[in-house]
Parts: sequence; C-alpha cells; structure tokens
Amino acid sequence: MKSWIWKFAGRDTRGNRGRLALFVSSMVLGVAALVSINSFGDNLRAAIDNESKTLLGADLSIESGSPFNDRVEAIIDSLGGIQSRRTSFASMAYFPRTESSRLVTVRGNEPGFPFYGAVETDPPEAADTYLQSGGALIDGTLMQQFGVVVGDSMRIGNESYRVEGRLLQTPRESAAVMLFSPRVYIPRARIDSTLLAVGSRADYEVYFRFTDDRDADAAIDPLRSELRSYRVGADTIEEERENWNEALTNLYRFLGLVGFTALLLGSLGVASSISVYVRQRVQTIAVLRCYGASIRSTIQVYVLQSLAMGLFGALLGSAVGVGIQTLIPMVLADFLPVDVAFRISWTAVLMGSGIGLGVTLLFALLPLLSLREVSPLMALRSTVDQTAHRRGPGWWATVGIIGIGTTGFAVAQAPTVGMGLGYAAGILVVFLLLAATARLLMWILIRRPPSRVSYTIKQGIANLHRPNNQTLTMMLALGLGTFLVTTMLISENTLVSQITIAGGNERPNLIFYDIQPDQVESLKTTIEDQGLPVMEEVPIVTMRIHSVKGRTVQELREDSTARASWAHRREYRSTYRDRLTDSETLVEGVFTPVWDGNGPIRVSVEADVANELDVAIGDPIVFDIQGIRVPTEVGSIREVDWRRMQTNFFVVFPAGSLDQAPAMHVMMTRAADEAASARVQSAVVRSQPNVSSIDISLILNTFDAIFSRIAFVARFMALFSILTGLIVLAGAVLISRFQRIEESVLLKTLGASRSTVLRIMSVEYLVLGVVASLTGILLAIAAGWSISAFVFDSPLSVPLGSVGIIMLAVVVLTLVIGHLNSRGVYDRSALDVLRSEV
Amino acid sequence: MDTGSMEVLKVADLSKTYQSGQRSLTVLEGVGFTLEQGDTCSIVGPSGSGKTTLLGLCAGLDGPTSGSVTLCGHPFGSLSEDERAAVRNEHVGFVFQSFRLIPTLTAIENVMVPAELRGRTHVRKEAEALLAEVGLGDRFEHFPSQLSGGEQQRVALARAFINRPDILFADEPTGNLDAETGDHIVELLFKLNAEAGTTLVLVTHDPDLARKTDRIIRLHGGHVIEDTRPDAGMNAAGPVHHDAGHTEPTAAVDADSHQEGA
Repeated sequence: MKSWIWKFAGRDTRGNRGRLALFVSSMVLGVAALVSINSFGDNLRAAIDNESKTLLGADLSIESGSPFNDRVEAIIDSLGGIQSRRTSFASMAYFPRTESSRLVTVRGNEPGFPFYGAVETDPPEAADTYLQSGGALIDGTLMQQFGVVVGDSMRIGNESYRVEGRLLQTPRESAAVMLFSPRVYIPRARIDSTLLAVGSRADYEVYFRFTDDRDADAAIDPLRSELRSYRVGADTIEEERENWNEALTNLYRFLGLVGFTALLLGSLGVASSISVYVRQRVQTIAVLRCYGASIRSTIQVYVLQSLAMGLFGALLGSAVGVGIQTLIPMVLADFLPVDVAFRISWTAVLMGSGIGLGVTLLFALLPLLSLREVSPLMALRSTVDQTAHRRGPGWWATVGIIGIGTTGFAVAQAPTVGMGLGYAAGILVVFLLLAATARLLMWILIRRPPSRVSYTIKQGIANLHRPNNQTLTMMLALGLGTFLVTTMLISENTLVSQITIAGGNERPNLIFYDIQPDQVESLKTTIEDQGLPVMEEVPIVTMRIHSVKGRTVQELREDSTARASWAHRREYRSTYRDRLTDSETLVEGVFTPVWDGNGPIRVSVEADVANELDVAIGDPIVFDIQGIRVPTEVGSIREVDWRRMQTNFFVVFPAGSLDQAPAMHVMMTRAADEAASARVQSAVVRSQPNVSSIDISLILNTFDAIFSRIAFVARFMALFSILTGLIVLAGAVLISRFQRIEESVLLKTLGASRSTVLRIMSVEYLVLGVVASLTGILLAIAAGWSISAFVFDSPLSVPLGSVGIIMLAVVVLTLVIGHLNSRGVYDRSALDVLRSEV
Repeated sequence: MDTGSMEVLKVADLSKTYQSGQRSLTVLEGVGFTLEQGDTCSIVGPSGSGKTTLLGLCAGLDGPTSGSVTLCGHPFGSLSEDERAAVRNEHVGFVFQSFRLIPTLTAIENVMVPAELRGRTHVRKEAEALLAEVGLGDRFEHFPSQLSGGEQQRVALARAFINRPDILFADEPTGNLDAETGDHIVELLFKLNAEAGTTLVLVTHDPDLARKTDRIIRLHGGHVIEDTRPDAGMNAAGPVHHDAGHTEPTAAVDADSHQEGA
C-alpha cells in the first residue's frame, strides 16, 4: 500500500475522530456480548472439567425407578468399592408448628455420599449431624415459605424429623430445579416404608467410590446392556460431565446468538454512519481523483479508516465484554451446577473481536464500494449526482458474504443447525420487513405528501424522505429493539395465560394423588368434611407395553430395521372409565365404555401415541401390569388437550377391565382460596400422610418463578440489542444533525423561530417513533403468533396495556434522544455555519 | 512530456451528449484546438455553453461521446480511468472556483497532496516555499476553515504548482472572490505560470481575465463560435487552429438547461 494512503487516512480523520468513535460505538456492545458469553462459556467448560467429580459426587452411580432385583443387587455387590445408597421420592412434608404442608422431593441418604464435593448447609456441621441424629435438612425456599426455623419439627409420612439445617448447595442439583420441588434430606434408614408402597414413584440409587483407581466407564460398560434390560441406568463422571457440558453449551451458545443480534444491528449502524461519512467526503475524493489518485487507492484510504475504527470498536468491545463477563455467573446462578471462576478467555476475546472487526469491515464495505462511482468531475461541478450508485457485482458479492457469514456463524453458534438457520432466516425477514416499511413510508410520503397541514408538520414529514435522511437506519434500530422486547413480552404472556386459563374458573385446583384403594373412601370424607366437593376421582394403573401387533418390545429394540420409540419403552399410567372427558375428542373408532368380560379389552389410545406405536383400530397391544400380561385391542383413537390441568391419559381402559389391578387413585377438588387449600391439605396430610397433593396455584407460582428467571436471562442478553439500538439511533440523529444545522440556519435566516425549528424536528421524530414501534410491534405479534401456534400450541395472548406502554416509551425515547442530539442546532450562528464546510 | 513536439493538448472533433431518459442533450459538438507549451487560453461563453464540460474532457475527468483528447502525448481515449488519473498526476494542475481544499488537512498538507500522491517524499520544504510565494508563509498549519476565501484560493494555487505541471486547468478561479482579492489571485496565477512555463487553460465569465490570456475560445450552444488571439486584436485574427466548417448542433441547447460551474 502506498505511503500517502496511510498518511492521508490518518490526516483525514482529523476533527472527525469523536464522530467516528460514536459510529463505531454501535458495535461495541455486540462485540462485548459475544466476548462475555463465549469467555464465560470457556470458563464454564473449564469449571465443569475441573469439578466433574463433584457433579456426580461419586465415580459411578446406578439408578432405577423401582427397587433393584436380586440380579442387580449381585452386580452392585460385584462392583465393590465404597457404596452409599439413596432413595428419592415425592411426598408431602407437614410442619406442625405452622400447620402447613407442601409437596417436596425427599432424598433419603446414607453416610458417604457425596464422595466428592460436599453438601453445603447452614449451619455447616448440619451436613453431617443430620445423618447421626436422624434429623432433616431442608431447602432454603421451603424454610422461607413456611417460616420454618432450625429446630422445628417436620413430618413425612408417619415419621417426624427435627430440622437440623438449611441446604445451600448439593451435588447434581441446580437451584432452578429446586423451584419445582424443594429438597428435603433425611437419613435413608428413617424413611417411612409405607411411602414406598407398590405403585408409588421412587428413585433408587447406589453411589460408588473406587479406591483402586479403577476406570468406572470400563467397569460399567460391559454391564450396561444387562442393566438396561432391568430398566436400571448407570452414570459415570465422564457421562455426567458430557451431559452438563452439552446442556450448558447449548445455553450459552443460544445466549451468544442473542448477543450476535446486537452485533448485526450495530453493524447496520456502522454501515449507515460510514455511508453518510463518505458522502460528506465526496468532494475530497473528487479532488484526489483530479490529482491522480486511483479508484483503488481512494477506497483503500477509507477501508483503512474503517479498519482502524473496527479495531478500536473490537478492542473496546472486548474490554467491556470482559467486564460484563463477571456479571454473567450472577445472571445464570440458578442454572449452574458449579462455581465458575473468573478468567479471561483469550480465545473468546480473539474470536469476538475478530467477528466484530470482520462484520464491521463487511458492512463498511457496502457504502465504500459506492466510492468507485465518484467522478473527478464533481470537483468542477457539485451538481453531478452524488447519491446514485450502482449495485454492481462487488456490492452483491459483499452482501452474499455477509449473508453466508451470518448464517454460518448462526449455525455454528446455535445449539442445532435448524435453530441456526431459523435464526438467520428470522433476522433476515425482520430486517427486510423493517427496511421495506421504511421504504414504503418514504414512497408514500413522496407520492402523497400531506396537504392541508401546517408548515411545521409538512417540513417535519418531508425530513423523512429528503436526501441523506436517516429514516431507514432509525427504523431498523427502533423497530428491532421494539420487536425484541415485545416478542419476549408476548411469549411470556401467552405462556402464563395458557396456564392461568387451564387452572381457571370452576375447574379443580387441588389434586391429591398416591391414594391407596383402601384410602379412597376415607379421603373423600376428609375432603368433604372441609366443605369441599370431590370433583373427580380417577384410578391409575401403571403398566408397560409387552408387545404391539404380535412383536414384543424387546424384539423391536433388538431389530435394527424396526422402530422402538419412546411410546414403546415408557411406563404408562392408565385409567379405566366408562366415558370420555371434556378434554378428549374421539377421532377414530368407537369408545368402549364397559368391558363385558368377553374377548379382548378394547382400549382407547391417544393419537400421538397411536402414531408412535404405528397402530390402527383393531391392532392388538399386550400390556404388562406388574407381571401379568393383559391382551387388548385398539378400539378407538382420541385427541387429548394436554393443557387442561386435569388427569389425562395416553391409554384409557373400559370400566370393569382393570378393577382387580393394583391401582393408585387421584382425587380432585376445588378450594376457593389459599386458606381453604392449606386447611384441606393439612387435614389430609394428618389423616393420610402418604397421600400427596398439588395446589395448581403453587404450580402457577413455580412456573412464574422459573419463567421469570429464564426471562431475566433472555432480557439481559436482549439488553445488548436494545442498548445498541439506542446507540445506533443516537448515531443516526447525530449524523443528520450536521445537515440539520445547515437547514435550521437557513430557516432561522428566513425568519423561523426556535419553536418552529423544534416543532419540525419533533414531528419528524414522532412519526419515526410511531411508525417504527408500530412496525416492531406488528412483527412481534406475528412472531408471537408463530411461537404460540407452533411451539406452545396455544392461542396468542397480547398484553395490550404493556404493548401500549412499550410503544409510548419508544416514541418518547426517540423524541428525547432526537432533541438531546439536536440541541444547539438552533443556537449555531448563521455566519459560522455558512462559512464552514459541515 | 514524452513527445518531441511542443504540443501539450490536442483536442479533435470533440462531442459530448448526455442521455436523460429518452431525451439526449448535446452539450459539445465538433470542438477542436491545440495548445502548445506555455500557451495560455481562456474558454469563455454564457452559462450552459459547455465550458466546464470542455475543461473536464480536456483534463480526462470525463470521456467524450466522440472525438479525441491527447494530453502530453497520451491519447485519453485508449486509457482507463485510473490510467487517466496517473496522467493527470504527472502532468496536470487544477484550480477550482470553490477552492476545493480538503477540510481535514492543514494548508501545508493540502499543498503536499499531489506530490504525495505521486509518491514523492520530503516535499514539505518545497510546499513551504510555494506557500511563502503566495504570501501564506505564516499560515502553514491553518485549516481551510481558518482561512479566508482569498487565502484558500492561494493555497489551491500552491497546490496546483507543487508537481510542476505541464498544464494547469483553472475553472473560474476568481468566481467566488471579490474583485480586489480576485485580481491578486490572477496576478499570482499568471506569475507562477510564467515562472513554470506551464500551459494554462482558463474557464471564465470575466472578459478582463480572458483578455490576459494569449487565446480566447468562445463557446455557444456547445460550438466554438470564436477562437481569437487578443494580442492580434479581437475579430482580426479569426479562427486559430479551429476546426471550421461544422454544422449547427442537432439538438438546440437551452442555455439554462444544463447548469454548470455554479
């Protein structure tokens, strides 16, 4: 490169460096988002690698949903090492002092586990003493919710425990999981065995620690297939590490994608700024061309300036990103299984700044390519059309590289290829629609300028389509920001309203389950004694599929040409009754209400399961109900509305067919308020302690809590885009400021007052704010509709009030930023402006 | 110069037509003349007569519709845009009506631009000398916005001469200046030109300025209607090196339809 290019590129930025820094600041947050997320991701991977043993807490775990049979016990024996067992199940915890109860996850532990890492408690010594004293450790949220203090008594089943301490951190569990069902640790030896009656759900685990440096994977691998045949799983440190790595990589990659949106938006800001910047350089370029500068070297001057700007932005962005990285563990705290130490990942810094620089250069190149069209004649004649530039092969090639690069990055960054492609397509559609709206707006205003309005309105509206306007950039910045915020709001609202509707009105809101057949009548009495109706009483029989259409599930699993899906393998909780419920719709066959004891039992199968099992009306299915084979035939196929908060089933047997099978019962009632709900739950837990209950309002609250944590993370990442949008907006206003100064001086000279100039600007920003936010909101409603229809499968719910507030906020923000950046425009002296080259 | 002769600029049968939608506008037609080393020539005529277009074509800033321009032995017709730029860098200086200084460069840096573009180094002294010669010895580090119009045009003059051009194109050099300042600039222009022995092509509305040159080419409606040497007396010499016998342009050009040079 010729030496004059370097010299000139440096000199030419004089007096513009502040402006250039502002242009480039729009990409700073995008780079910061990428650097912080990816650097955090690298640290997380390192933390998981370092602490992989504490993730499992042992070298090996073997687990099953039912007690181990003799053969599995023999295998466990043969593995040797130091062993520690744990039994986990869901049950009601009852606190006599406060007379409160709640469904919890009970973990019955033995001494030893965790072999690696530690259970952290408050007070710290409680982690060990509860096992010796026979007490309990309980989750902090539970203590807070029921005002439980250390020393209180707690009952689970028929056993009472003294609360020894608060659980702070435990292996294999992250805080978010605990929101669904708080943990209670008790000694395994003190579990009330009646809670583990046949049919109750419980997890049985054995944890191993090998003292002989054995390779756990090598030891368990030959046994896996045999264990699997008994429905027993095994987990090693390596697997646990991989599982966490995969789950968390998906999480931070997804967040990285959200961060990338900020970078793309920022790059558009850079492109628009450079476009205006070079337009202001046209005369300089024409003079250079007169004096013999080649097209190539002229472009090189501005590429060099863009490169320097990009480098500055990338470095600044990296520095900000490294700073923000310290915040991410706080944002994600509830989802992380390990403590993540702060360390700068230079790979992430290099990658983030490299991508930032690359994207800036590519987007800068779009306007820079138009420099080829600058004729030296413009030095002689300033009326030669400066704005016209052809979109030649170079321009299209750059656009192509941007498209391929964006898609490639999205695919590489997204958890799945489909998601990456979906992201790239979604971004493209949103950008195109926003750009199209901006163009349409300008087209309409040019074709049909408003007549019969005041001069200030006319002028303000004309500003939107005059040469060098910033309408497109502002539309993109404002529209994308509004779109992101509104889409998030609508999705959240749709989800929440779906649950609320499902649990609303006259439907049951309190479910009792794990009811033994001999408890049904007494429980009914207990509920009715509290003045509440028993609205539904359903028997549940657990079973598995033995064979479908004459082929056993085992055969299907061994046959590589056949397909054994989740529907073949799962445990079914079926019921028997003589009618369809209001959440069920018959789509094929005839529903058999009662089995008369002759011929095969004609069952009703849910449509998706029928599809997975590949069965049609009349096909035989043999179920295995606790060792007894029950032949059935598909009599009907139903569709089920799973969103209803009630007992729904994949398979419904006719009444009279399963009367003799061991069943658990579920009962539902409706409590008018929280107090009534608490009263009946306490009464039930006192009289039938093995019966668990779920209050739907609790599920709603839990759901809210989980969702608000997820939403917080998503909002945190979206914040980068929103702030970038504001910077791009400020940049766009500032760019046009230089032109506005000239205009306002002319208006001032011709007699316009300060308020006239301000009103003209206000009209412009008002129209922009309204149109951009409206477009963003409409796009968000379309996106929200797609999400609700294709992801949540529920009707769209738009919170009109909040959306209105967003719109108002965007309009006000646009006006404020517009006026802040245009301040002083009116105060410039006419002579000063007319003499200088702005 | 790479030709043996003294011929610096040769313009032959030059035409320029602009296409605007369905309508074509002929701005110049059948213009031809030759200038030799040291010649000074004014191109005069009313607004829209094609003066600036002719200047642009002579300097290779634009390409003709037909005809040819040969500058210092380089036929522009066979050169690419970048090759024409290289020829300008080696042989041409410019002075523009609105000065066209680069606003982000100081006076001295503006003067050095053509030399630096040529790849010359250590030209500061030379630039300083030129600035001193135009009377701006104490304004080296001033930016254009800190200089008056007259001072800016003096910087432009120094810039035009830094590469010792064979030919200088000046487009209305006094058009944006008051009479007194303009006179001073003209004086400087002719002084520097005489010292360097540069060929001068001047576009102007000002008859007094035009009379200072050896030759005046008068345009009207895109045609040369007069080509005279003032020293030989107006109307006496008749056309000089002028391609006579042309026909009237096919499209009559309204003087206001093609605004130029303003």
